[in-house]
Amino acid sequence: MEFVMPAFACIVVLFGLIKRVPVFDIFLKGAKEGIQLLYTIAPTIMGLVFAVDLLRSSGAVDAICKFIDPAANFLGFPKEIIPMVLLRPVSGSGSTALLTALYSDCGPDSFAGRVASVLAGSSETTFYAIAMYFGSIKVKKIRHTLFAALMADFTAALMSVITVRIFFGL
Amino acid sequence: MLNYIWSGLIIISVVCSIFFGNTNDLSKALIDSGASSIQLILTMAGIMCLWSGIMKIAIESGFTELIAKLFSPLLRPLFPKLDKKGSAFQSITMNITANLLGIGNAATPFGLKAMEQLHTLNNRSDTASNEMIIFVVMNTASLQLIPTTLATLRQSYGSSAPFEIIAPVWISSAISLAVALIIACTLNIKQKR
Repeated sequence: MEFVMPAFACIVVLFGLIKRVPVFDIFLKGAKEGIQLLYTIAPTIMGLVFAVDLLRSSGAVDAICKFIDPAANFLGFPKEIIPMVLLRPVSGSGSTALLTALYSDCGPDSFAGRVASVLAGSSETTFYAIAMYFGSIKVKKIRHTLFAALMADFTAALMSVITVRIFFGL
Repeated sequence: MLNYIWSGLIIISVVCSIFFGNTNDLSKALIDSGASSIQLILTMAGIMCLWSGIMKIAIESGFTELIAKLFSPLLRPLFPKLDKKGSAFQSITMNITANLLGIGNAATPFGLKAMEQLHTLNNRSDTASNEMIIFVVMNTASLQLIPTTLATLRQSYGSSAPFEIIAPVWISSAISLAVALIIACTLNIKQKR
């Protein structure tokens, strides 16, 4: 699995060569877009890392975790990922900030670290996507979109725990 | 919404730190967070530029279109009412393909185009059509095949195998997407507007 990224990059570059496009020039163009994208999201990340770091050091997360602990235990959830489950549908940068905080607290290869990784990889910023897509065409009655999307987030949270247990034991 | 969440986080933090007596930790975190956020951004910067570059090649060489063609039979059953050669369905396949390949900034323009075209096919301008619901729900579930940023973050925090989570991620995304689609389709049929 570690090989999937280089293999994919190689296929794309080969395809580009076969199609006779100037691969390196295009690569540079894309990399520049990457920097621009990063430039636009950097302040958001800074702001949310700031808020998440404050929250973590204040003891509030521990208090919330203690409060949710019985329910989390019942579902087999590591309590450390509860804040992420709640923030994930709302803010991508916010959940990235929580994810890295969790990595530095528990380690990325711990049970909680793996569950958080799978959760981050298998869910999206639901509210943002809905607001953007329906907002763009000014549709206000979105019917059951939000319900279906939130059920997906909930399923992803459950599945992240289940799949990590299946793949890595514990 | 983020305005309230962000201010909420800060206010809760300060109040809690006074309540729990962690004010020293809080001051320290406030000063450290600047450095840690820059570090996070720098960690993400390299891989984002590299992958954006590779993906730009995929887009301009027609690789994404090829993948989109391969995927369109899978997407057909979800949008039975749309014309297979129509621009709405084409935009949808390109958006889903870009999401699969993890090119978020290419997926969005296709997605907005798809919504606009679905909107012209919709006879009630203020209400979401069945196709719109299916499409947006697919966009709120994560479809990314290679979670590059995630793997980079894992590696930078000392993971011994950053990609080991890829199979669980696929299974978890597939099942959550299936659940969302089943719910959306069932309610679409039930409401039969």
